[in-house]
Amino acid sequence: MPRTAPNMTAATSTQKIRVVVAKPGLDGHDRGAKIIARALRDAGMEVIYTGLHQTPEQIVETIVQEDADAVGLSILSGAHMTLVPKIVELLRAQGIDDVVVTVGGTIPADDIPQLKELGVAAVFTPGAPTQEIIDFLVSAVGEREPR
Amino acid sequence: MAQTPDDEQSPEQDWREAFEATPEREVPFTTLSGTPVEPLYTEADLPDDVAGQIGFPGQYPFTRGVYPSMYRGRLWTMRQFAGFGSAEETNERFHYLLDHGQTGLSTAFDMPSLMGHDSDSPLSLGEVGREGVAVDTVEDMTTLYKGIDLGEVSVSMTINGPAAIMLAYYVVAAERDGVPPQQLAGTIQADILKEYIAQKEWCFPIDPAMRIMGDMIEWCSQQMPRWHPVSISGYHIREAGSTAAQELAFTLKDGLTYIEQAVERGLDVDDFAPRLSFFFNAQIDFFEEIAKYRAARRIWARELKETFGAKNPKSLLMRFHTQTAGVSLTAQQPLNNVVRTAIEALAGVLGGTQSLHTNSYDEALALPTEDAVRLALRTQQIIADETGVASTIDPLGGSYFVEALTDKIEAEAYEYFKKIDELGGMVAAVKANYPQREIADASYELQQEIDSGRRVVVGVNAYTEGDGGQTALHRSDPAMERGQVDRLNAVRAGRDSAAVESSLAKLREAAAREGANLMPLLIDCTRTDASEGEIVQALQDVFGRYTESPVF
Repeated sequence: MPRTAPNMTAATSTQKIRVVVAKPGLDGHDRGAKIIARALRDAGMEVIYTGLHQTPEQIVETIVQEDADAVGLSILSGAHMTLVPKIVELLRAQGIDDVVVTVGGTIPADDIPQLKELGVAAVFTPGAPTQEIIDFLVSAVGEREPR
Repeated sequence: MAQTPDDEQSPEQDWREAFEATPEREVPFTTLSGTPVEPLYTEADLPDDVAGQIGFPGQYPFTRGVYPSMYRGRLWTMRQFAGFGSAEETNERFHYLLDHGQTGLSTAFDMPSLMGHDSDSPLSLGEVGREGVAVDTVEDMTTLYKGIDLGEVSVSMTINGPAAIMLAYYVVAAERDGVPPQQLAGTIQADILKEYIAQKEWCFPIDPAMRIMGDMIEWCSQQMPRWHPVSISGYHIREAGSTAAQELAFTLKDGLTYIEQAVERGLDVDDFAPRLSFFFNAQIDFFEEIAKYRAARRIWARELKETFGAKNPKSLLMRFHTQTAGVSLTAQQPLNNVVRTAIEALAGVLGGTQSLHTNSYDEALALPTEDAVRLALRTQQIIADETGVASTIDPLGGSYFVEALTDKIEAEAYEYFKKIDELGGMVAAVKANYPQREIADASYELQQEIDSGRRVVVGVNAYTEGDGGQTALHRSDPAMERGQVDRLNAVRAGRDSAAVESSLAKLREAAAREGANLMPLLIDCTRTDASEGEIVQALQDVFGRYTESPVF
């Protein structure tokens, strides 16, 4: 099967957006997370994929260590209203308020306003085109105050 | 074939000329898995030895079905997968489904149960009873099937990493109800290889996990003659984004690997092969799916007969459960999912499935509501009782297209077998991330096709107007988690802790000893009311844990 080789040799520019793609909680559905990770990488971003079954503490630690501009949380287990607030809280506790937090997965429409109130910048539900996610990150990271 | 005079073209040549004179629509004529599809199939596309390759239903190589009478004798089992909240809530849903004409039960466990964590573990926070039922101790298992005669109804349990523990719970729950293991009928998924390949719910590293599974198969072959100790599953491989051929090849290779292991342990292939069963996905590409099931039966029969020398005719039968594709459901315009599910279910039926789960239309949004589940069950009943498709066996047998696709997908599966053998077998291939990478590549390619609009998904990248409606969704009870933790604590308070400790110590000791079968020890731990998390922890003390190095 032909594969699109990831462009790993491109010069790493300091302008490159650094994104952590994370799988909080216990759910093992990683098709979406891996597709997004690869699409963002192919779009020229620096992608750190945490792998599965991460605790909120582990995810926040990765965001800090990797000095990420954005994080994409992929949740298909229905635990988003527990896990997302916890992650946002831990980020705040570390004094981090400029990381763009996005959520993807099976998120009922009724929960989206609450997630946004918490500070989630965007929620992508099944069927969201990868280009829409790329465009969103480019614009949201670009609009932040310069660090 | 009739002779054609030299100056005249054959009807086929006439057709081709006329066909080529008409411009084609600008879409890719490929299956969902990327296989090119010809405009027309003819007799020339049938295998040379049609009779030998297709045969008769219930006869080698079983392309047309595993039983001589198929649905003329008995319809497939309508088996809706259910599980949410507490054991008590799920038990109510089971009674509801049985009252509405369902003929078997299928149990979905929550994520903490699938990963071997108790409900009070910090890792379980927010996940208790969410995606399935929470089971911590044998008490929960007893509540789960309360009022259901376990000697009569066949019960399926979808759990893998801690499957041997859940089977021990089930055996002890039935024992307390007066039903011995010999009478229990049903299936436990217990397909551990596909966890590392696709579903990603594990408790232990691969080698000890294979051993625990082998222990369970061996014990079942001696104690539970009506039980299917493993359901070799392609479903999750497909949901992870594989092609149809990958689903077929990786699943069958997993199955062949379990047989190799059991034979190495000294079991006779005919003692357990008849109890193996399969579980496949039904995706939206109608003919490709039907071809996949037909090829699967043929490959399995051939491998069992020729590679393993099985003598019992039942060993050759690839019997399978089908579930429509969750991954094909869209959050946009959810009612469209009713139609997708009906078509996928029809493919499963025309492919000769033994049992079927139809997804509910609201499942891209949340767990299904009761109304949505009933509609999904009704979909099967309409296929069974109104459409007439169950009146004749393998109605597509002999179709030029379906037979050609069946041959094609079979050949692709054998190419994968060859690659896996070159890597040193399936366990080595999984450790080398080979199937994981193949699936990730296939899923990425399909997503690119959809994103670019080359492949249409109705309501998602075409015909997107009209998604304004509200869908009533299932809501989890926020007090549920607390209640489950209270129940677990009550069990802990009421048991003899010295007995628990001693049973866990014996389990650790046996785990450290090669050749000891762990099943009887797991049953002993269950009888002391040890929790799932405690048992898994005891085994992890010896075996360690598994961490994936993900490929994407």
